[in-house]
Amino acid sequence: MSEVNHVLVTQQFPEVEWEEKNSCFIVPSEKATEVVTWLKEHPAFRLDYLSCVSGADYLDSEVKTKEKNEDGKMEVTITQVPAKMEAVYHFFSIEKKTGPVLLKQRCMDRDNPVVQSLTPIYRGAELMEREVYDLYGIHFTDHPDLRRILMWPNFEHYPMRKDYVIPNDYDYEPTPHDEVIERARERRAQLEGGSM
Amino acid sequence: MPARGYHLSKDELGADILEVAMGPHHPSTHGVFRMDLKLDGETVVDLKPIFGYLHRNHEKLAEDIPYLGCMPFTDRLDYLCGMTNNWAFALSAEQLIEIEIPERAQYIRVICAELTRLINHCLLVGFFINDLGALGTPLLYALREREKILDLFETLSGARMMVNYMRFGGVRCDLPDGWLQECERIVGRFPAFLDEYETLLKDNEIVITRSQNVGVLTQEEATNFSITGPMLRASGVNYDIRKVDKYGIYDRFDFKVPIGAHGDCYDRFMVRMLEMRESIKILKQAIADIPEGPIMGNEPRVFKPDPQETYGRIESPKGELGFYLIADGTTNPYRYKVRPPSFVNLTALRHMCIGHKVADAVIILGSIDIVLGEVDR
Repeated sequence: MSEVNHVLVTQQFPEVEWEEKNSCFIVPSEKATEVVTWLKEHPAFRLDYLSCVSGADYLDSEVKTKEKNEDGKMEVTITQVPAKMEAVYHFFSIEKKTGPVLLKQRCMDRDNPVVQSLTPIYRGAELMEREVYDLYGIHFTDHPDLRRILMWPNFEHYPMRKDYVIPNDYDYEPTPHDEVIERARERRAQLEGGSM
Repeated sequence: MPARGYHLSKDELGADILEVAMGPHHPSTHGVFRMDLKLDGETVVDLKPIFGYLHRNHEKLAEDIPYLGCMPFTDRLDYLCGMTNNWAFALSAEQLIEIEIPERAQYIRVICAELTRLINHCLLVGFFINDLGALGTPLLYALREREKILDLFETLSGARMMVNYMRFGGVRCDLPDGWLQECERIVGRFPAFLDEYETLLKDNEIVITRSQNVGVLTQEEATNFSITGPMLRASGVNYDIRKVDKYGIYDRFDFKVPIGAHGDCYDRFMVRMLEMRESIKILKQAIADIPEGPIMGNEPRVFKPDPQETYGRIESPKGELGFYLIADGTTNPYRYKVRPPSFVNLTALRHMCIGHKVADAVIILGSIDIVLGEVDR
């Protein structure tokens, strides 16, 4: 894994945040197109290949950290982490043979997550973003064809979300045979009624 | 509403546009895959790939089981290449913890992965010729060779395809007695089969006229469409993850990366033929160099990585197979994402097919090399 020259990016775009822990860029959605185009063109990066688009979902949670205080006792601090949704992009450079560079678009509003689509710049993102939309319900603005891809078209939920409850009884679904069975039953009743 | 059967509509000039739902049970779609085609005469005007029939939410399943429990599921992704799927997942998980992989295990992994590449490319070329209309014979030649390698896998792991062979830090069991000799024998005979196969197909006039200049992807388009694997290299981009990342011990082997010049279906077919020869080179070197020793590293009893993220990728026979894992400090992955090569390669299908005949759409799909177990997950 190669080092990412993150200072260059954060100098050019002060809105972009560098997260040291996961070595990724947090990009605000309204700036995403601009940042990515710049990264694609800039000679230090030349990110010409978008490898992977994934979604990630985080619910409200508490993080406990243990630290030693001045008296030498362990002290537990609890920090609240708000819920969020992320669209994660992995970039590589085929020209410079470097990577990966991680870029995240984060939305704090889990009920209505909207991020910027990168399909106009990287056409390879088309199906991958559709998959994220299908499984996580993250809407990508400017996506040419945002439809469900793996689940069926009138499915209502987003199954990869952390609060999705897997149904233990599946709703009754009508099949084409129902009509035939119903007609057969009527016919049988008719016949039996006639013969008696 | 999705098209059922066929449907006629009018374009702006009043000419008839025929809408055909090709699939999901069409034999040339290699599984349950549907293409909704709009045809002007025999020419494809528009195409929509529709899939998801095999969807089982593989990624959600993995969130409820421990890391190692996901290993058998990865066999079912691209069910022709169990070994490389195993390796990709093991590679990503090994990045989460400090673990040393013994030399012997590294060599076994390379041998298994390259054998898998032989299987996959054999089968692809067979089906590709099948799609061209040469029903049966060339495919059976390929299947015959594949069967020999599957027998090797069976003696090694107990299963022909669902191998479940690799573990974090090594492999599950050592090579049985005589396995290497048998492997060497099969690999030694493989070039003869390739020569025969190439003479049969390479200069065949029908193969050439049907596949040259069909489904062309230029260098820029291929990169922009995130195409990987033999398809990318057929378009003239020199990018092989074995050379770029040098994962495992690929820096020790001497092999070349075949590159195409035109990016058409014929180049994709030839790149795969040449890649098989390079795989044989790697196999011969690996079989000669493999040392004795342990096959498992110091794997922790409980696999419980610290909270972090990782992305590991390998050059699977179909392209870049990546696993994006988010660990949250428990024994189960918080997020487990598969980056399947054939799913992403499908993005370019519409672009490649428009303007060609229906019969060519079949070949173009065949040259992408999709496996629906991986596309639908």
